[in-house]
Amino acid sequence: MTRGGEQLTVPPADFASYYGRPVLKPPVWKYDIAGYLFTGGLAAGSALIGAGAQLTGRTGLRKVGRWTALGGVAASTYLLVHDLGRPARFHHMLRVAKVTSPMSVGTWILAAFGPLAGVAAVAELAPLLPQHGVLGLARRIAPPIGNVAGLAAAATAPALATYTGVLLADTAVPSWHDAYPSLPFVFAGSALAAASGVGLIAAPAAEAAPLRRLALAAAAIEFGGGHQLERQGLTSEPYTHGRSGRLVKAGRALLAVGAATALVSRRSRVLAAISGAALVASSVATRFGVFEAGRVSARDPKYTVVPQRERLDEKRSATRL
Amino acid sequence: MPHANALYGPLDPAPDAGYENPPPRMGFFTDTSVCIGCKACEVACKEWNGVPESGLDLLGMSYDNTGALTANSWRHVAFVEQPRSAGWATPAFAGDPDGPAISPVTAAAGARTSTDTGTDPGLDTGSPAVAARMSGGPEFLGMPGAQPPGRGSGAEGRTDFRWLMMSDVCKHCTHAACLDVCPTGSLFRTEFGTVVVQEDICNGCGYCISACPYGVIDQRKDDGRAWKCTLCYDRLGVGMTPACAQACPTESIQYGELDELRERAAARVAKLHERGVPEARLYGHDPNDGVGGDGAFFLLLDEPEVYGLPPDPIVTTRDLPAMWRRAGLAAMTMAVAAAVAFLGRRP
Repeated sequence: MTRGGEQLTVPPADFASYYGRPVLKPPVWKYDIAGYLFTGGLAAGSALIGAGAQLTGRTGLRKVGRWTALGGVAASTYLLVHDLGRPARFHHMLRVAKVTSPMSVGTWILAAFGPLAGVAAVAELAPLLPQHGVLGLARRIAPPIGNVAGLAAAATAPALATYTGVLLADTAVPSWHDAYPSLPFVFAGSALAAASGVGLIAAPAAEAAPLRRLALAAAAIEFGGGHQLERQGLTSEPYTHGRSGRLVKAGRALLAVGAATALVSRRSRVLAAISGAALVASSVATRFGVFEAGRVSARDPKYTVVPQRERLDEKRSATRL
Repeated sequence: MPHANALYGPLDPAPDAGYENPPPRMGFFTDTSVCIGCKACEVACKEWNGVPESGLDLLGMSYDNTGALTANSWRHVAFVEQPRSAGWATPAFAGDPDGPAISPVTAAAGARTSTDTGTDPGLDTGSPAVAARMSGGPEFLGMPGAQPPGRGSGAEGRTDFRWLMMSDVCKHCTHAACLDVCPTGSLFRTEFGTVVVQEDICNGCGYCISACPYGVIDQRKDDGRAWKCTLCYDRLGVGMTPACAQACPTESIQYGELDELRERAAARVAKLHERGVPEARLYGHDPNDGVGGDGAFFLLLDEPEVYGLPPDPIVTTRDLPAMWRRAGLAAMTMAVAAAVAFLGRRP
């Protein structure tokens, strides 16, 4: 049986349902959240690049990293607040801190990361200030403050990039929950890919060597951690079929192309920009693909009922023995 | 120090939530074997809780107008028509008479009156021929008619089906994923062990909606916030019965102390088995199940998925420690990758 030219690997499952209606409520999150997965990852990866460049004396790359981190976290904040049913109540997130709620944990990670990334980026404006007076003092103390903030932002960045994997997995959405061992790695790789992509486009060519290595590492992490996505049984189907499957596959292909192009882009500004664009596009495709796969799996009762029925029947036959 | 079963396994939720000497855990036992599908529970719930209008749609699938539990339907009566005889063991309605109900002559005479006779739905007043035909026997149209099956056509012509009706509601899980993942503290555990949303706190993040393994809690579109059954928290506090249970005319919905309801339910299943209904089974009663047992549990006459319930739900937060470990590992990998990328030759 083929559909849209693709071979269906999983045969149509025979199961009972209530008039084919979904058991679960599909996520009410809008594409804001898929966008946030990208911008949050971009901000985290860029903060790491900014800190690395700062510690190795690559000024141009440091600026790109810090500004991208600020841009990413600002976009993230906007998207997250915009997605709320009651945006004016966004600050209710700050009433509590709960480890059982990945969204609460993420709120506090963002609350720490955002201001630090902001201070680190704004400190880059110091050379524009006058030499003398109060502003002259600010001009002198801004760089060390920016350095401390940049390192502190980088310290929280890996958490920002990977908690989103738990955010999606800690739901009843079958394709997200079953993917919990893979998602943090997919998102970590995707974050590094997006950030090194922006760096390859915007940073001075002489300072781009670490970005080429980082793009390769991004591909290794995403492929290594993410190969399980297709091997988790029935709930893998949305990652390999339909629109969500095409997005995930496109993400993989763009990542491979981007990382390979980055390796040969040492002498060519054009090739560097092409590889950077492929890496950024890869991250966008992967995030929207994973997001969409979860929505697909929640809408079809098959993904809820069939695995649970199998589990139940196994349990029953085990107790009978 | 959190309880060893704080995320999974049998637990008494109210003391775990920090209540000292809480009242007994309260809940619902919904016995679907006596549900008549009247939807009084749906109406009573809306009346008492001020839930906006919904459920006036014709869904084109059954007598179910509500479709599912939603932000605007906190009780949902499911209707399932099955090609099966009642009890399975005997042919459908074997003992019921199959002769004509009333004589076609009487029906035709009644139809000549100008007022609505109020007998059969669809009876065309003033049309003796139609009245005579309809009193003669059923014409199966895919829905149960006003005539008993086989009337006029003989026992062999009877269609073999039954109706399952079930009033669904929030399960008030022992391990409530909605409550675990709520980032604002809007969802809370009451002293009665139930789970309630505080509408003045909820900011509509929607996390609880994706977390619920039963698809109960939902976002109200024009309002943005999440809504669900409160088990009439305002009534419980003053010793009153929740509105749906109060309105139920057949005691299909029973409200009380959960321990007592569990005993009552076990006795009811045993009685149904004894009376030749072997398919009767309980759903959500077991404290050892994937959500630590439901505060609102059910007696069903078929597999849960037939009613739109998940057959073996597991609270997602059972795996949360493993999830955080994976994320920690991924975060470390990411940090190491960045460090390695910046080591090596300087420009």
